[in-house]
Amino acid sequence: MKNLQETFTELLRRAATDLPADVESAIERALREERRGTAAHSALTIILQNTAAARETSAPLCQDTGTHTWYVYLPEGHPTEELRKAIRGATVQATRKSYLRPNQMESISGVNSGDNLGAGHPVIHFVPWKKTGLHAEVLLKGGGCENCSTQYSLPDQRLGAGRDLPGVRACLLDAVHRAQGRGCAPGILGVAVGGDRALGYRAAKEQFFRPVHDVNADAQLAALEADVLSCANRMGVGPMGFGGRTTLLGVKTARLHRLPASFFVTVAYMCWACRRASVTLAGKDVRFSQTALTGRP
Amino acid sequence: MAVREIQTPLDETTIRSLRVGDEVFLSGLLVTARDVAHKYMVEKKPAFLRPLLRGAALYHCGPVMRKERGGWKAVSAGPTTSIREEPYTADVIQAYRVRAIVGKGGMGPRTLEACRRFGAVYLHAVGGAAVTLAQRVVHVREVHMLEEFGMPEACWVFEVDNFPAVVTMDAAGSSLHAEITARSHMALERFLGRAIR
Ligand code: SF4
Repeated sequence: MKNLQETFTELLRRAATDLPADVESAIERALREERRGTAAHSALTIILQNTAAARETSAPLCQDTGTHTWYVYLPEGHPTEELRKAIRGATVQATRKSYLRPNQMESISGVNSGDNLGAGHPVIHFVPWKKTGLHAEVLLKGGGCENCSTQYSLPDQRLGAGRDLPGVRACLLDAVHRAQGRGCAPGILGVAVGGDRALGYRAAKEQFFRPVHDVNADAQLAALEADVLSCANRMGVGPMGFGGRTTLLGVKTARLHRLPASFFVTVAYMCWACRRASVTLAGKDVRFSQTALTGRP
Repeated sequence: MAVREIQTPLDETTIRSLRVGDEVFLSGLLVTARDVAHKYMVEKKPAFLRPLLRGAALYHCGPVMRKERGGWKAVSAGPTTSIREEPYTADVIQAYRVRAIVGKGGMGPRTLEACRRFGAVYLHAVGGAAVTLAQRVVHVREVHMLEEFGMPEACWVFEVDNFPAVVTMDAAGSSLHAEITARSHMALERFLGRAIR
């Protein structure tokens, strides 16, 4: 059990102090798009310098080490209590080692728990799978971008958005405009079309596990993602809202069923610091990676 | 848009010559203050902060600090969202004659008006770049209210060297945030093919 906790502590260290390669290369690509001598170009340069410095020193790449959402894949019938304990233990340990900032406060009193544990934190989902080993992945999402997440209910009169694909598109572009640079742009949109309100947010956040550059297997959604990404980057918000050509790094969408009476479009906003990491455990074999299973269509 | 090096103590003429969109590299004193410190500055009006803040830059930041032999070191010191200090900032600028507010996300009309009246600017730092920005802190001169407020909320007095930021609200009453919001709103209307309130 001790080993499992150590493994999860290492997973948290990797997540908090390094950026996944796909996100980093998306930022590098964005930098090449921006004109030299602009504030946008400087901001992206600093972001890349920061990523390298954090990786070298194992320091949290952003001091807001966020809400932690875990997905643990396990064989049918595998006990979950020990896994939950190991995750909670690792959270405390990673905080003690300064990979994480003490980041959970009791809502009403404002008292910080000091160890990142709290009512409702960390968030842990267990997913049974057919294989024999275990696979865990964790996403860290900060508060600045979480405050930019939003949920629409269609039809929406202000946007002239109906219960159809153009209506969904209108919501997404409006969400990008409303966020401006406040979610530490360039960001990533995680979107869920349908579901109830709670499932919408869950599915929208799961999209952040997808590599930024992947293409949605659902052709209709793939076209929507490409269109919204292109429009967003012509909106001129730019990195940090300084103006420029990169407002978003990616758009990732999931499709859910819904009730006849409701049509929710949930838009989760993730900052450039999209931190995630995975580990696969098979027997004695422990393999860290950046490949995630969550959020795949 | 220009690149400017500025040094504390900041004088009014220098500050009034800065324009939105300018990139600045700030050297000198940068004093952190978050929610608790702002409330304290406005309600208790502590005298000891006056000489420290006059002509200095105030930083919306709750750093992660490490105690080392010979003093404190900033480990992680990126900006936090500034708009939470909107109710206090105009009064802080007036009472303490702070010349620059450093943070992220921009601030509201009261702060913009105080910048115009008293000669101050808002400097936007790169959100999330906590390690790189901490490396620009060359010396931690002192800390106030550490016992009372805790590490992130205390007033840390940083000496910084070439701390990078962008002027997004200037002393002439311009706000880059307002400009970009308006311009991107026009783009949004174009993409949706209709006027949107
Ligand atoms: S929005 Fe992201 S990058 Fe910005 S401060 Fe929060 S966690 Fe850091």
